[in-house]
Amino acid sequence: MPTPRTSVAFDVDAVRAAFPALQQTVYDELPLIYLDNAATAQKPRVVLDRMAHYYAVENSNIHRGVHFLSQQATDAYEQARQTVARFINAAHTHEVIFTRGTTEAINLIASSYGKTQVSAGDELVVSALEHHSNLVPWQMLCEEVGATLRIIPIHDDGSLDLDAYRSLLSERTKLVAVNHISNALGTINPIAQIIADAHALEIPVLIDGAQAAPHAKIDVRALDADFYCFSSHKMFGPTGIGVLYGKEAWLNALPPYQGGGDMIEQVSFERSTYDSLPHKFEAGTPHIAGGLGLAAAIDFMESLGHDAIEAHEREVLAYATERIGNIEGVRLIGTAPQKASVVSFLVGDIHPYDAGTILDRLGIAVRTGHHCAQPLMDRLGIPGTVRASFALYNTRNDVDALADGILKVKQLFA
Amino acid sequence: MATPSIAERAQDVVEEFALFDDWMGKYEYLIDLGKDVPAIDDSFKTPDYRIHGCQSQVWLRAEEQDGRVYFFADSDALITKGLISLLVRVFTGQPASDIATAQLEFLDKIGLQDHLSATRKNGLAAMVKRMKQYALLFSATVRN
Repeated sequence: MPTPRTSVAFDVDAVRAAFPALQQTVYDELPLIYLDNAATAQKPRVVLDRMAHYYAVENSNIHRGVHFLSQQATDAYEQARQTVARFINAAHTHEVIFTRGTTEAINLIASSYGKTQVSAGDELVVSALEHHSNLVPWQMLCEEVGATLRIIPIHDDGSLDLDAYRSLLSERTKLVAVNHISNALGTINPIAQIIADAHALEIPVLIDGAQAAPHAKIDVRALDADFYCFSSHKMFGPTGIGVLYGKEAWLNALPPYQGGGDMIEQVSFERSTYDSLPHKFEAGTPHIAGGLGLAAAIDFMESLGHDAIEAHEREVLAYATERIGNIEGVRLIGTAPQKASVVSFLVGDIHPYDAGTILDRLGIAVRTGHHCAQPLMDRLGIPGTVRASFALYNTRNDVDALADGILKVKQLFA
Repeated sequence: MATPSIAERAQDVVEEFALFDDWMGKYEYLIDLGKDVPAIDDSFKTPDYRIHGCQSQVWLRAEEQDGRVYFFADSDALITKGLISLLVRVFTGQPASDIATAQLEFLDKIGLQDHLSATRKNGLAAMVKRMKQYALLFSATVRN
């Protein structure tokens, strides 16, 4: 009789062993407790090896060379694009544009979409939860063309006020741009609903998925997102590369972002014609090793399984929320019902910088401050928070170390 | 009695910190020192007196008397306040020209260099720069 197949259990020790950076100690032989994953995640050995192999053996420029190495590198880079397309369930591989990261992806749309689709009197809608990278490019666009930025307010728990959102939408709205998951508070936004509401009025939607890519299953087709952006370095891949997904029809309609090599079809001194997707939006030699590293990171995550990762992270977050939230004097900032892998908090009236400095000295890496979301901190009436952000390799032990650290902080600043 | 020089005061600070053999003690002392910093009047806690480059808010102002510069400061974070108290203690009442040209190696010698390096987001470099700017301003005024 065949044994029933069970899903492979999530072996967090084995996962941790795959990350060289997690094996080190800091200061006086303190084991590193890395809880700054929302800023950037550590890289598994397979990603480092993939990039080293490219530079050692495969290095050559892509898309133009006739020689063996160039052809091989081109194939590998385009294979990486296919891996990304599969990862987000894009309908077409050429809907995946490689950028430097989420910030550049958003700036690309602010430029290419903004220049052609937004004019004086129009409105753009973002939320009060946005990272500066999904706020400032739109402010710059509004200033340039005379459009107005409208802000979706939040409830006190850090969830979006959807009624207010709907009331902001009108025939003047040219784009909605919101994050999938808040970097500062961890709120998971109901983006499927947000997209559906906007589409009912034929308004396109851009999703900043920087915080979602390492945690959630992304299905751009199920979401019906017009644009979806994320960064490699937050999902265990290298820095300097990220992704703009755009629906084929939009990407074909929009003008190029930057001019240069690799994005042209014909060039003369009178005029140039542009290459087809995705190359139209990828001027210059790209971060080839980065693309390969990102694909290796995706393969790594998929080898663990999205469901297993999510289940493990949900358990760690629940434990952290209870453990940290129960420390006397700790106030959790951001308690939305749907959250991912972030515990943002204040310890009594201790300044986040003071708390973060002492935690650091204990070997615990957290982020302190406004988390590139100053307007959100203003809305919450706080100078900033201490933010512990978890990834698939974090454990209950890490949470316990953080809790012990907070007690030390309290003792020192009592 | 002559005012101790910048170098002499800096040496005092180094010797005091040497009394603590663990980082926790040093931090406790730093936080205590912050409580002694000559407070800036609340009416000066404005953007003009705010030092940027710090994760916490820092305000600093200075007065000149007979060619010597006196500093007043505050911060909403206690470690930052402790850091600026070290600078104020070493600099305040010193001749403007001495402040403008002072070397500050003592910060590397008190055993908290992991946290006192200029690249840390504690704004230490910005604080030193602002104090030296005050000193330069006053020494120019005195000469005129």
